[in-house]
Amino acid sequence: MAKVRGAIVVDSEKCKGCEVCVPSCPTQVIDMVREVNSKGYHFAYMANPEACTGCANCAIVCPDGVITVYRKKSEVKLNDLQ
Amino acid sequence: MTEMIIPADIVREENLVYKKTSLMLEKPLSYCPGCGHGTAHRIIMEVVEELGIQSETIGVAPVGCSVLAYEFMNIDMQQAAHGRAPAIATALKRLMPDKFIFTYQGDGDLAAIGTAESIHACNRGEFFTIFFINNGIYGMTGGQMAPTTIPGMPTSTSPYGRDISIMGNPLKITELIAQLPGTYYVTRQSVHTPANVRKTKKAVMKAFEVQKQKVGISFVEIVSNCNSGWKLTPNKANKWMEENMFPFYPLGDIKVDGQLVVK
Amino acid sequence: MKEFVLMKGNEAIAEAAIRAGADGYFGYPITPQSEVLEYLMKVKPYERTGMVVLQAESEVAAINMCYGGAAAGRKIMTSSSSPGVSLKMEGISYMAGAELPCLILNVSRGGPGLGTIQPSQADYFQAVKGGGHGDYKLLVLAPSSVQEMADFAGLGFELAFKYRNPVMVLADGIIGQMMEKVWLEEQKPRLTHEEVVERYPWATTGKPANRPRNVITSLELDSAKQELHNHKLQAKYKRMEEEEVRFEEFDCEDAEYLLIAYGSVARICQKAVKIAREKGIKVGLLRPITLFPFPKKEIQRLTQHLKGILVVEMNAGQMLEDVLLAVNGKMNVEHYGRMGGIIPVPDEIVESLKNKIIGG
Repeated sequence: MAKVRGAIVVDSEKCKGCEVCVPSCPTQVIDMVREVNSKGYHFAYMANPEACTGCANCAIVCPDGVITVYRKKSEVKLNDLQ
Repeated sequence: MTEMIIPADIVREENLVYKKTSLMLEKPLSYCPGCGHGTAHRIIMEVVEELGIQSETIGVAPVGCSVLAYEFMNIDMQQAAHGRAPAIATALKRLMPDKFIFTYQGDGDLAAIGTAESIHACNRGEFFTIFFINNGIYGMTGGQMAPTTIPGMPTSTSPYGRDISIMGNPLKITELIAQLPGTYYVTRQSVHTPANVRKTKKAVMKAFEVQKQKVGISFVEIVSNCNSGWKLTPNKANKWMEENMFPFYPLGDIKVDGQLVVK
Repeated sequence: MKEFVLMKGNEAIAEAAIRAGADGYFGYPITPQSEVLEYLMKVKPYERTGMVVLQAESEVAAINMCYGGAAAGRKIMTSSSSPGVSLKMEGISYMAGAELPCLILNVSRGGPGLGTIQPSQADYFQAVKGGGHGDYKLLVLAPSSVQEMADFAGLGFELAFKYRNPVMVLADGIIGQMMEKVWLEEQKPRLTHEEVVERYPWATTGKPANRPRNVITSLELDSAKQELHNHKLQAKYKRMEEEEVRFEEFDCEDAEYLLIAYGSVARICQKAVKIAREKGIKVGLLRPITLFPFPKKEIQRLTQHLKGILVVEMNAGQMLEDVLLAVNGKMNVEHYGRMGGIIPVPDEIVESLKNKIIGG
């Protein structure tokens, strides 16, 4: 059985903290960091990385194109299911 | 410090699913956080890249927030006087018929000062594409009323809301030009949700395909937000847009293959 | 093949533009120059050379079509008359700022406002001093014959591309409408797209892999850079002043008095000079051919031997000011002008010379 696991990498210096990515994520992965980048914006990050499926919704809706998306299929070993 | 995890086993080149197109230059966008211009630019450049037409495409930037579009799009571009982009594009396409020519215009550019140029290029049935970013306001100059500002909407020059008894109704320029035989493909989309971004990309792709056919104007309106002008956060602005702008400017195809879409 | 024909001024410049290898003409009807567009539509240059001719929806649209074509490195022309040229001023300023080559013909009529359809020279300020906003100059050629109308098509394109600047041919309704014998050059081939790409690497012809994108704009939000850009433009205009002054003189060698006139008025003044000479007045005529750059040095040279200058124009006194600047108070400079579309006759010019310069 395969499980899809995704991850996003956010260009934290270019992110403007607009938060449009947050509601676009179907699995509520994204939130904004508490600190700010050099422009003063709270940038996005994976608050729930385990839930990311690499669907790229966030990346395609991001106005600044700061999100890069990765996705990997991982095999789940049979004895993990027991 | 917020704890940030970058799973090294996933974040590898072979697992790459999506990355901003290289046809968007690395320069940080000058648009406000959450502004649809960035998304629209990127979608257009993605399509240009996928069609392999970077060296055949020339864009015409307007006056408005996106006057600096040429700083971000990695194609030959011209900056037009306010409203005049369709005239420039007319000359470009007639002089270089095999190039892909597009204008990228805001609501003031296309539907106020440029109304004549917009209508006549459409009426002549030129073979280029018009991208019309409609956010119902003049963003760059500080949030004044636009021809597409909806009734009751407050702006800096309609502080008590657009009063149609004084300023008339919003100008539905897209529906107007769709009536002209010279327009071949007219559609209205948005870029505020992933599903809409995907639809817009299909529309942009179709618009460039229509250029190849040399049958008439392809016109893609993108209803977008202006959080700074509307004085809302980006997500609240998108919600407001759904609730207030879309009823006025409904999304969907208006004209396909030269025929008005019957609803 | 070179041809010798009888043609109207407006048509001569249109035909000459085709033969000079023009790529496009965008215009709008307005009296007294509609024949330019009409002629081009009639002779179908698209079939001859592939030249694009389009009647635009306004002079504003036309000048912006020119901007687009010029920015793609093409030889583009437009024409209009005074009120229509006012409409073009935004586009002209943009083209000067973006350094674009273009040929703009103004067949001047009486103004201001809607004015009259008869000729005038009241657009001198508009052409030479600005008209559009900002610190820019047009290279201005003033034809005084149908032959010069034809010659200035090719010369205009050449100078426009040499300096990457718009060039204005400032004619008037007389020159546009009159018919004279004219030599037309043989057809020069239009440049191919590849030739344009090679000769004008700045043009927006589609970004290949081996160069960065070309952007044609007149916007520069960084003031320091914009000032540098303005210095660059000023240096260009200075080069024009050093290298492109053109003028013609009649009977100036022994002249004690000088008439200065351009365009059709210079033709009338030629007759006035003849009449005056018959009356024993030693008068000559200086005809500036370039209004910018203005023949200041030649005027200064001539003033060494003169007692007075009469500037004759169909306006209230526009080139007069450039003459005053050049003469710099050294001697009496007067003006004789007719307005509203009235054309002066040689006798009244001689009378004015006698009254204002010789008598006074």
